[in-house]
Amino acid sequence: MARKIAVGMAEYRVSNDPEDVLCVLGLGSCVGVCLYDPVRRIGGMAHVLLPEHLPGQSNPFKFADTAVPALLAEVEKAGASRRNILAKISGGAKMFSGADTLFDIGKRNAEAVREALKVLGIPLKGEDIGGNRGRSIFFYLEDGRLEIKILGRDVMVI
Amino acid sequence: MVLFEDLNEMQLDALKEIGNIGAGNAATALSKMVGKRVNMEVPLVRILPLKDVPEWLGGPEKEVLGVYLSVFGALAGHILFVMTIDDALKIMRILLGDMAPSRDQILSMDELASSAMGEIGNILSSSYLSALADFTGLHLNHSVPAIAVDMAGAIVDVVLIEISQHSDYALLIETVFVEEEDRITGYFMLIPDTGSLEIILQALGVV
Repeated sequence: MARKIAVGMAEYRVSNDPEDVLCVLGLGSCVGVCLYDPVRRIGGMAHVLLPEHLPGQSNPFKFADTAVPALLAEVEKAGASRRNILAKISGGAKMFSGADTLFDIGKRNAEAVREALKVLGIPLKGEDIGGNRGRSIFFYLEDGRLEIKILGRDVMVI
Repeated sequence: MVLFEDLNEMQLDALKEIGNIGAGNAATALSKMVGKRVNMEVPLVRILPLKDVPEWLGGPEKEVLGVYLSVFGALAGHILFVMTIDDALKIMRILLGDMAPSRDQILSMDELASSAMGEIGNILSSSYLSALADFTGLHLNHSVPAIAVDMAGAIVDVVLIEISQHSDYALLIETVFVEEEDRITGYFMLIPDTGSLEIILQALGVV
């Protein structure tokens, strides 16, 4: 039986059970970062809120620039091999149209995640970013596919 | 610094009173809008962590209408007004009859649906805000309301990001409006920035 594991805001989950599905329901401007070792079928997901780490904050998973290396360390600890690891990302929407630029945090989040992946040399194998709609995302550890649900649209797979 | 989670009974009662008056204003505004009498039940006023809000609305994937305003002037903060799409549809049907947009039109936010939803959201959210201004005597301004129709989790996550440097709690006023057989629940949330809760309490004389 596939087990769905919800990843809360500023949290992460890692699993080495290929039956597991890591998910975020109702993702807005936050970004879901998925790292996956397709050979060992080990993966992890982080649910990041903000692009850059703020001083005095102890949780690395809240911020894109610290969440990506922290998640990499966790999936490696679970048995993933660094040279196999690939990434898929989704989220970063601008939910409220007509609002001021403060709300473009989604775009900045996505850019910060891409940059952090680049620095670590992790290939970005798929992304569904931006737009003005919320998403629910489901990361299947059996094959590393990421299913993306948007209200009123067909499910997309990357 | 005063935080929501530290409020005493008297302070909470004062905030609840603002909630009651705001809900009353909103019921009056709805009555005017639909040209029929709209009653309300006694509102529930709660302080709760914003991350628990999607669960409160029926789960993170619940389809909702969200209206966001930022408040500035004598105090700074954020307002989020939410109702489920089902309830927004009920208001549309009362208001527009056969002309009301369909569920699909609302979910895809076509022009008719988004302007009608925007109007409802504006009128209701400003009803609560004017109660806050009247009751505290504070001069408040607000941004142009921004509207979204989406999953509850996605709508709340944006506001959570906005406020994550200030507070994790919201004052939630849950009001049931009744028009004949229809029951419509509105959720009004006020999230003051750092220091602004104190300004409200001072203005109410309950520091």
